[in-house]
This record gives sequence, structure tokens and C-alpha cells, in this order.
Amino acid sequence: MNAVAQINKSLPVVANTAAQQDQQQYLTFMLGGETYAMGILAIKEIIEYGNITEVPRMPEFIRGVINLRGAVVPVIDLGARFGKHITNITRRTCIVIIEVANGEEAQDVGVMVDAVNEVLEISASEVEPAPSFGANIRADFIDGMGKINGKFVIILNIHQILSVEEMATLAGVAGSETRVQ
Amino acid sequence: MNLDEALHTFIAESRELLQNMEDALLRIEQSPDDEELINAIFRAAHTIKGSAGLFGLDYIVAFTHVAESVLDRVRNGELHIDGELVAALLSSCDHLVELIEHLAAGGGEPTAEIQEKSNAIVSRLNGYLGAGAVKTTNVALASEPTCTSEGGGEVETDLWHISLRFGKDVLRNGMDPLSFIRYLSTLGEIRHVVTLLNNIPPAGEMDPESCYLGFEISFKSDADKATIEGVFEFVREDCMIRILPPRSKISDYLRLIAELPEEDMRVGEMLLRCGTLTQSELDAALRLQRGEGKEHQRPIGEVLVEAHMVQQPVMEAALDKQKQVKEHKSAEANLIRVDADKLDGLINLVGELIIAGAGANLIAQRNGDAGLLEATATMSRLVEEVRDSALKLRMVQIGATFNRFQRVVRDVSKELGKDIELVISGAETELDKTVVEKIGDPLTHLVRNSMDHGIESAEVRIAHGKPAKGTLRLNAYHDAGSIVIEVSDDGGGLNKDRILKKAIERGLVNEGDSLSDKEIYNLIFEAGFSTAEAVSNLSGRGVGMDVVRRNITALRGTVNLDSVEGQSTTVRIRLPLTLAIIDGFLVGVGTAVYVVPLDMVVECIERAAWENAGGDDRYLNLRGEVLPYLRLREHFEVEGEPARRENVVVVRYGEQKVGLVVDRLLGEFQTVIKPLGKVFSQISGIGGFTILGSGEVALILDVPGLMGQVVGEKERAGQNPEAMRALN
Repeated sequence: MNAVAQINKSLPVVANTAAQQDQQQYLTFMLGGETYAMGILAIKEIIEYGNITEVPRMPEFIRGVINLRGAVVPVIDLGARFGKHITNITRRTCIVIIEVANGEEAQDVGVMVDAVNEVLEISASEVEPAPSFGANIRADFIDGMGKINGKFVIILNIHQILSVEEMATLAGVAGSETRVQ
Repeated sequence: MNLDEALHTFIAESRELLQNMEDALLRIEQSPDDEELINAIFRAAHTIKGSAGLFGLDYIVAFTHVAESVLDRVRNGELHIDGELVAALLSSCDHLVELIEHLAAGGGEPTAEIQEKSNAIVSRLNGYLGAGAVKTTNVALASEPTCTSEGGGEVETDLWHISLRFGKDVLRNGMDPLSFIRYLSTLGEIRHVVTLLNNIPPAGEMDPESCYLGFEISFKSDADKATIEGVFEFVREDCMIRILPPRSKISDYLRLIAELPEEDMRVGEMLLRCGTLTQSELDAALRLQRGEGKEHQRPIGEVLVEAHMVQQPVMEAALDKQKQVKEHKSAEANLIRVDADKLDGLINLVGELIIAGAGANLIAQRNGDAGLLEATATMSRLVEEVRDSALKLRMVQIGATFNRFQRVVRDVSKELGKDIELVISGAETELDKTVVEKIGDPLTHLVRNSMDHGIESAEVRIAHGKPAKGTLRLNAYHDAGSIVIEVSDDGGGLNKDRILKKAIERGLVNEGDSLSDKEIYNLIFEAGFSTAEAVSNLSGRGVGMDVVRRNITALRGTVNLDSVEGQSTTVRIRLPLTLAIIDGFLVGVGTAVYVVPLDMVVECIERAAWENAGGDDRYLNLRGEVLPYLRLREHFEVEGEPARRENVVVVRYGEQKVGLVVDRLLGEFQTVIKPLGKVFSQISGIGGFTILGSGEVALILDVPGLMGQVVGEKERAGQNPEAMRALN
């Protein structure tokens, strides 16, 4: 929860507390055979996977960049970001474009997922706080556990996952490591 | 016009004028007899005072008035320019900047502190006025006696009467007659205004830029005559202004009537209508004139002749001034102030246009339609021209930035007690405005550093057989798609041993490392490095040079240093010309496409035609030259087999040349630079993204960054490579 509070402070535009409390619509999607959900407020659009340009000397989870109507948008492989496996490209692979606040300015980041399912409502009472352990991804990546049809689905804290600063630091480290080799 | 807006204009203008004033003051020290400069300074002060008056900024008016009076004396040759006077004027110029900034910050009346400073400077300036101060009051006195002069009784009203005949050029000089009257109303109450329209010629002959207006104003105010005169200060020279205090003698009115260019009766009527005179008073006055006709008319005539005599030189001066103002105006008229954001918007659009054009080109090529191909080719050429002119809009000369240092050098050298001359060259070199804005601070630091640590005191210099006067040079020039700015001094240079000792002390290098001279010198750009033994208020805190380097790196530039011990130090800053759109050269490695800035490409040669230098795999032999090279495929870990016929692109940055081994050469491409963004901010070897005609993203190579890596790796791999020896 600590992390959530921090984000609230640093993201006045996108995710303020009120919005989060009222936010009941989530996008569910598939990743490595599991279902995840994320709030729809930050999602700008969902596009087909393709035309990606690789950027050398980047950590695995940065798949490259795409041209989104003239803007260059980095694409993140969520599977690799969770430290699991690199996402395989299939016919249903999508890029979800998300607006992430970075200090004062907003930046678009694309997220690769195996397939998107649907947008559905989960009422606040159906959302349990994130477990402090036991989940197979980093605890601060989880916003909560939503109950859908009696099954728990991980609701991702997408702003923490796409923390621009953290990614930049990782990218920098990856770049210099390759150089030393 | 919104007053706020007008005020902004005033502030912007004043800043510019003060900058001009400062420049002129600095130059006048060298050539004290240059009248043009004196006039320029005077004009700046005069304009600020006048405009400030229109806004009712009395404290600025009052302050500037003193400075202007001093300048006026200089202009009339009563005072001679010397260092001290320039210093006094510079300090008043500084103070004006302070006042304007105070105003710009939304401050109302000046604070006590500013007021105190004002007074201090005013009293300093007053020292120069001496006789002049008397003279200014004389002017006022000269007109005052007429107030009490003989003839007739006092008129009854307690109103001032002001007769205004604006000169024809008032509008052309940018004055609005109405604003004077409006300003006048801040001093009291305007009872009546009669506008004189009879000077307006028939419409066919009328010049809409000329002012034909005159006003008769009756005015109730407690202000004294000087204050009221002050209102019209600004147009005094080209206009006819008569101010009669309340209860003037009838004869004064008579004289006024006679002096005014209109017929006597009409003037009388106007005075009547203004309520300045009553009918009986007017009758009395006219009778007086008729009755004592001859005697009185002569003096009036004389006065007129006198006035004419006096006016002759004044008129000439005024005409001269008008001419200058006009010339100045016409040069200025060719300039347009544009919001920088609008320019950025335009350049972004041009960028999109280039990408769209490349897309159209691609489709045309695919279809092979000759007509379409021709059309797109023409369009690309035009788009290229549009791009160049759009980018040129952002280019500014570096001269203005350089000139700022005249002042810095002057002040700091006085402070340090050193005699230092600043020599500027390449002032007309152009570079992007954003770069210019950001280069100021690092340059200031370098200049101060040179003066503080570089140039020795006069005694030391003489002992070393150098001229006592130190020289600091600022130079700028274009070189291979970048701009180079040099800051050099003829001072003591850097002490290699001391730098090395310090670097070892700080753990920046290991003892026993063999470093080239250049590497040693460039150690001073490392964080926390300072060799100055004493910390002065100018520099020597050790936080300097690394900040300089960081600022310059942020602009995609590099900085390095050359020094000859005991003779000179030169810091060379190399910056990209523009930050938005460049000519690029496309190269392919595997499926990936990279862009090399075209300015940096020297030549392209097939790899097979090359031999390794002396059998060493790390260097190529370029016509007898040792050329370090880099396989982009390996460097960027591109998968797949290399092409059968690899090519080498030779790139040059500064004095360094490197070969880049690529699979394919794809030709020139207009490249719109898309910034890396935060996620990729730490990446090395890539300078940005661009979008190809196909819509794909390509990477722009950061040639200086790559070179640093290549040279670093090669040197680590083997110092004093045998290849070098083999070739030598």
C-alpha cells in the first residue's frame, strides 16, 4: 500500500485517490496463460502488434519502439518485465497504449499482451488488498485482487510497472553491462 | 490596446534598450569621441524615460531624467567621457535594469532598498551635473519671467492653459498625441480641450502618417510648470508647446496669440471656448494689442525672430534626430517578433511534412509511375527548402551572447585588478536559439575561470616576458555540421603535474597510469576537481568544470581543453547546429536501419577494398592513415549473418575519425529527430529516433558517443598498438 500512496503523490493527473476508489472498470487480458486486469483510466488505445523497431543494448523487457501516428512509443514486454518469459508473438498479440505520468509530463508507453479479453466492472467491495507474498510477481506491481466469477484476478498497478524512472535505470544498467562484456 | 500588453511591450523594449545602452557604454570607453555611440546611449535613456512617463512610472522617469541630463551634457560636449563616468553610467544602467525587472516581477512602487540605491546613484550622477543642474533650471526660469511680465492685469481663471501644436512627424516617431493628453490628465483635471483641425489639408493631399493636430487645453492642477512640461518632454523637440500658468498676465496670452500660427482671432476664440479667458478679457487683450500696436508688435516680432534664431539649430538637431530614428526604425521594421512556441510548432509541422513526403516518395517508387515520381521529387526538393528556411528561423547569431561578456570581463578584471582585453571573433556564426540560451552559463563559467586562474597578474606576466595586458578570446565557427566555440586565454596554462597529483589524490586515476597530455587536461572536467588553492568568490570551488561539461553534454555537445603550459589555455566546445531536423545518411545492418548525421560522413568504401593496418584487426589502413573501426553488427548485437559485401562509412567528429562497418548503404534521408524520451535516456550510442517513409522507426546513431566507446575500448584493448608502429 505504501507504493500506492507514493504513486498518488507523484501522479496527480492520472490516478488520484478519488478516481481509484470510483474506478470500477477494468480491462482483462491474457499473459502467459494467466488472466490479469488493469484499470482502464490510463489506457489510451489498443493496437495490433507489428512494425516494431528493436533498440539495441536494452534489457529484455524493452522490446523496441513503434511509430504511433508520428510519436515514437517504447513497447514493454510485460512477461519479461515480470521476470518470467519473453512473450511469443501470435495472431492475437496486442499492444495496449498507456499514458504514464512522468513528473509533470505524460508519456505514452505500449504494453505487449498475449490477448485482450474484455472490459468489465469490479465493484470496490470485490477487490481485496494485494497479498504481501505468495503472488508470483513483485508485490508492488499488484494493486489488488479482483474477484471475477468467483476467481481471483490480479489487478496490476500499471504505473508502478511502467515507472519511467525505474525502466530508464534498468535500461542504463543493461546498456553498460553489455558494453563491459 | 490592453494596458497590460502595452506594459509588457514596454518592459521588453526597455530590456533591449538597456542592453544596447550597456553595449554602447562598454564600447564608448574605447572610443570616447564616437558621437554615434553617445547618441545611442542618450536615445536609449530618452526612450525609456518617455515610455515610462506614459505609464506613469514616475520613479523610473525621475531616475532616468538625471542620467539623461548627464548624457545630454556629454552630448553637448560639456562633459568628457572617462572611466569613472562610464562606471557611473553603467551602474545607473544596471539600476534601471533592476527597476525594470522589479516592474516586470509585478512590483509596484520601488522598495526602500531600491529607493536608497536610486538616491545613491542619483547623487553620484548629480556630481556630473554641477553647472548643468543650474542650466536645466535656467530653462525653466527663462520662461518663468514672462509669467510676471508687464502689461495688463491678471486674468481671472485659476486654470493652466496649454497650447499644443504637434509636429508632423509625431505619429511617424511612434508617439500618440492622445496618450500625452491622457497622461496629462493624471496630473490634474482637464477642463476643456479644443482640437484644431484646420491644419488638415484636403483629403487628397493628406498624408495619413503625418500629424496635423493641435490642441488648446485648459487644465486645472496643482502641479508646477516643470512637471507639466515634463509631460511633453518627449515631443518637445518637434512640437510647439506653450504653457501658461494660472493667472498669467493678459499680455502673456497676447504673446501666445501672436506666437501661435493660427490667426489671432481664431486663437482668441479658442481661448474663449477653452474657458481660459472670458470675453471681456479677450476684448481687453485685443484692444491692448491694437492700441499699443506698434510698440508691442515689435517685441513680439523680435521674439519671433529670436525664437526663430534659437530654433534654427534646435530644428536641425531635431531633424537629424528624426532621420536617425527613421533609419533605426526602417532597420527594425524588417524584424518581426514571433513567439518561440509558434516557431516550434512550425518546425514540428515541417517535420511531419518531411515524413509524409518520404512516405509518398516510397509509394511512387513502388508504383514506378514516372509522372508521379517526378512530382514527388519536385515536392521533396521544395520540402527540403521549406525545412531549411524553417530551421533558419530559429538560428541566431552568437554575437549577442559574446557581447554580454564585454561587461563580465570588464567588471571581473577590475575586481581582480588585472588588465584583460576581450577579443571576439566569429560573432556572426549562427546557431539554434535553444542552444544559444543554454550556452550562456557554461560560457560565463569558462570566461570567469580563465580570468581568475588562467591569466596571471600584470607583474607575473611582465616577469614572464608577456605583455602586461592579458587577452581573452571568444571565437566561434562552423565545422562539420557542428558549431565550435572557443574560449582561450594567453595566461599561465595548466600545470600537468599538479592536475595529475590532484587526480591521484582524488582517486580519479591510478598512480602509474600513463595518460596523454590531453587526457590529463581533460581531467579537470571530472566532478569535484579543482586545482585552485584558494577559493575566491569567482571560481575555485571545484564545482565548476564538471557542471560545464554536464550542461554541454545535455545539448549533445562535447568539450575539451588544450593547453600550453606558461602560454595559453583553450577550451573548445563543440555543439550540434540544430536540435530538430538534420540531413541523415541511412545505413542498414541486418534488418535494422540506422541514421548517421550526413555532416559527419566523410566517405564510404567497400570493406573488401580495405586492408587491416599491419595485420591488426582493430584498425583499418585508410590510405596510410590508422583508422579505428567498429562493426555495428557486433556492437548492437544484431543477429544473423553479415552481408557478403560489407561497407565502411568513415565518420569524423572533431579531429577524430572512425570507420563504421555496416551491411548496406541506403542513401541520404531527411531526418526529423524524435527525442529519446525518458525511458531511453541512459542509452549510449543512440542519439534519437526518426520515422522512415515506410512508417517504421529508425535509430539515429550518436556518433560522438560511439566514438568515445570505440576509442576507449581500443585503447583499453591495447595501448600503443603495434599497428601504429607498423604504419609509422
